[in-house]
Amino acid sequence: MTPQGASIGLNGLRQRGLAVAIFTPGFHGRRSTDVQLPPGQYLTEDFPVLSAGPTPRIPLDRWEFVITTETEQQYRWSWDELWALPQDTPTVDIHCVTRWSKLATSWQGVSLDTVLADVETAADFALVHSYGGYTTNVPLEDLLDGKAWIVHQFEGEDLPSEHGGPARMIVPHLYFWKSAKWVRGMQLLLQDEPGFWETAGYHDYGDPWREQRYQGD
Amino acid sequence: MTELYEDGNALAGPLGEIFAVDVTVAIQRCAHCGRTGPVAALRVYRHAPGLVARCPGCDGVVLRLVRTPDAAFLDLTGALNLRIPLEA
Ligand SMILES: [Zn+2]
Repeated sequence: MTPQGASIGLNGLRQRGLAVAIFTPGFHGRRSTDVQLPPGQYLTEDFPVLSAGPTPRIPLDRWEFVITTETEQQYRWSWDELWALPQDTPTVDIHCVTRWSKLATSWQGVSLDTVLADVETAADFALVHSYGGYTTNVPLEDLLDGKAWIVHQFEGEDLPSEHGGPARMIVPHLYFWKSAKWVRGMQLLLQDEPGFWETAGYHDYGDPWREQRYQGD
Repeated sequence: MTELYEDGNALAGPLGEIFAVDVTVAIQRCAHCGRTGPVAALRVYRHAPGLVARCPGCDGVVLRLVRTPDAAFLDLTGALNLRIPLEA
C-alpha cells in the first residue's frame, strides 16, 4: 500500500484541494460552487492520511471490540462476531478539521445502534479507544439513531491500515478526528472525559457546521 | 509502509514562535520510559490536527503542539523535564 499524500504538508493539501475544486473540469458533473460544505472547508477527491503516531498492526485473530460500562460490565466482539452482526453500507460526507471535506464516501460495517442495543447503561458519554492509544470523546446520543458505525470496508475493499483498518469508527456529522482509526472499544461514562485532541486545544464536541474547531469556538 | 514521522528538527519553527531559545537542542526526559535525548531526536508526526512528538525509545507522546488562529496549546506532560543549555 502507498501512503498517498504522506509527504504533503497542510499547505500542500490546501493547494491540492483548491486545485481540485477550482480547476478540475466536470468535477462530479457539477460545479464546485453547487456543493454545500461546512464553513472554512474545501473539497478534495484525495483521501489524505492523517496520523499522530505509528500505525498499529492488529492480527484479526486477536482483534476485539470491547464496551466497558460505568459499572465495569464488559461486552466483547471478536472479528468474526463483528462480521456476523447485521451489516450497514453508509454513504456519507466527511469533514476533517484540517479543512478538507470528501463527499459521498462509502463504507461497510455495523451501526453503533446494533452493538449498543443490548448494553445496559445509564451513561451519557463515551470515550472511544484505539489500538495505539488514541482516544476521543463523543456524547452517547451522537452514536445512536444511525449516526455512527464501526466500519471495516471502504469503497468495497478491506479498510487499509493507514485509514484505520482493520476497523475504525465513523461519526460523520462531527469533525473526522472524532472518527477513531484502529478502534478497540469504548468506555461508557457518566461524566464527559476529553480525549487526545480535546485535551490539546481542540473543541470538546466538534460540529463542522458550527465550525467548532478549537476550545472556545 | 514507511511511518509518517520526521525528526524533532521539524519543531524548530513552530516552537521558535513561542520560545526565545532553540528548544530542539534541549535534552528532554521521557515521562513514560525515562529515556533522555535531544528534542531534535524525537519522532514528529505532523500530518495531523497538531504536532505530536514521540519518544524514539517507547513511542510515548512527549510533546503536543496545536496552533489555532490566535493561540498555541503546548502540552509537555510527556516530558519530565527539559534541560535547556544557556550561556554560562
Ligand atoms: Zn520513552
